[in-house]
Amino acid sequence: MTPATLYGLCSAVLVGAGLYGMLVNPQPLRKILSLNLLGSGTFLLFGVIARRGAAAGLGGDPVPQAMVITGIVVAFSATALAVALLLRVFQETGRPTLDQPAPKDGG
Amino acid sequence: MSLALLADGALVLLVLGLAFWVNAAASGFAAVVGYVAFGLLLALAWMRLAAGDVALTEAAVGSGATGAVLVAAAMRLRAAADPPPSWPGVSRPSTPNRRSADGRDTPGHDGGGDDLAPPAPYSDSHRDVPGHDEGGKPGLSLRLAALVLSGLVTAGLAGLVLWTAGPAPSLAEAATRHLPGLGMGNAVTGVLIAYRALDTLLEKVVLLLALGGVWSLTRDRVWGGRPFPRAIPAGNGALILLARLLPPIGIVVAVYVLWVGATDPGGAFQGGAILTAMWILVMLAGLRDAPPIGSRRLRLAVAAGPAAFLAVGLAGFVLPTGFLSYPESIAKPLIIAVEAVLTLSIALILGLLVAGPAERPPDPAERLR
Repeated sequence: MTPATLYGLCSAVLVGAGLYGMLVNPQPLRKILSLNLLGSGTFLLFGVIARRGAAAGLGGDPVPQAMVITGIVVAFSATALAVALLLRVFQETGRPTLDQPAPKDGG
Repeated sequence: MSLALLADGALVLLVLGLAFWVNAAASGFAAVVGYVAFGLLLALAWMRLAAGDVALTEAAVGSGATGAVLVAAAMRLRAAADPPPSWPGVSRPSTPNRRSADGRDTPGHDGGGDDLAPPAPYSDSHRDVPGHDEGGKPGLSLRLAALVLSGLVTAGLAGLVLWTAGPAPSLAEAATRHLPGLGMGNAVTGVLIAYRALDTLLEKVVLLLALGGVWSLTRDRVWGGRPFPRAIPAGNGALILLARLLPPIGIVVAVYVLWVGATDPGGAFQGGAILTAMWILVMLAGLRDAPPIGSRRLRLAVAAGPAAFLAVGLAGFVLPTGFLSYPESIAKPLIIAVEAVLTLSIALILGLLVAGPAERPPDPAERLR
């Protein structure tokens, strides 16, 4: 087994773990975290493909690597926006969940 | 089994263990801390995959900046879920919603800046159940179904990884062929700034859009004001010393990382993230307040990087061959100039995204600008 294959299997498990966490965890903050796990797994898979495309004296194919750098930045932007939305919901309702507030809250 | 593979195996086990911790930790704060550690270990994994540029970005943005945003959010949510016993708010209202206090909004997070008390516990009934402190988990059957689904996805990806073990198709040859013409030695920077410059340009636009989205969550009456619930007072001696000692070094390192990005791992994004870290340190130490989001100078600085990139790209229509292309004779200075402006804008945008929407009303003088 080569290191690239090992990290490929790692990325597969990360994607599964992130997907499971997103589906099962009810709290939005945990869903955001799991989404980031899922994204990290996807990026790592790109890295493995890049590593296997090593040629021309480079350690890996630079095109997937550059795409992953862009991806990490976009994932950060999405996380920052999601966290800001979550904190605003929390400001409005006093609850860090997306559940409907109890009727006595009066919306 | 070679020693290196053994080390790789240990790293993979650590990464996966932390990923499971992020999913399973009882409190959101513990999960976030686990995620930051996970990101740093993942940066090591990127080094093992011979991707130094990605490792730098993962450590700086994936773990650092994302971690800062998430830690701040988890702190606020935790303060509400589990108020410290020594908090002076003994007469805290027991209802989850405190709208009635002033008839409008929840106090403590609004423009006053004089009240940092967290909102009341939103739900007392769940607090005794460990791991279930924020709403109920789905039922067993649903969790099993999610487990099966995730397992299938993992198995499919693992099969893909194992079956396609041979050399992958590669653009490495094509990417290195024209690098000398650009005056560069780092193929990843070449891809980012030249071959796939459109991706990089749109990535900056995504950053701007995210900043617009975060700012638009500001309350009406604090619009144009400053982030953070109140001005951070100058902290303790050690933090102030750090915030005075580190930034000069950090700025030099950031410039170096930007410059060396032409030939070695580094570049505009990694340099910008280092500048952001220095800026956040200065803000957290209370040496400089966060800027008001309504400031025109701030907005111009934020837009300068993408605008410069776009201007150079449009100039390509007139000068050599087309959109986002560089004339070969001045490619290197042009790329460095664009990257320098981009670095400053990236540093600002990252820092502002971490700081979040405005929470204090602007000063009267700032309102007029």
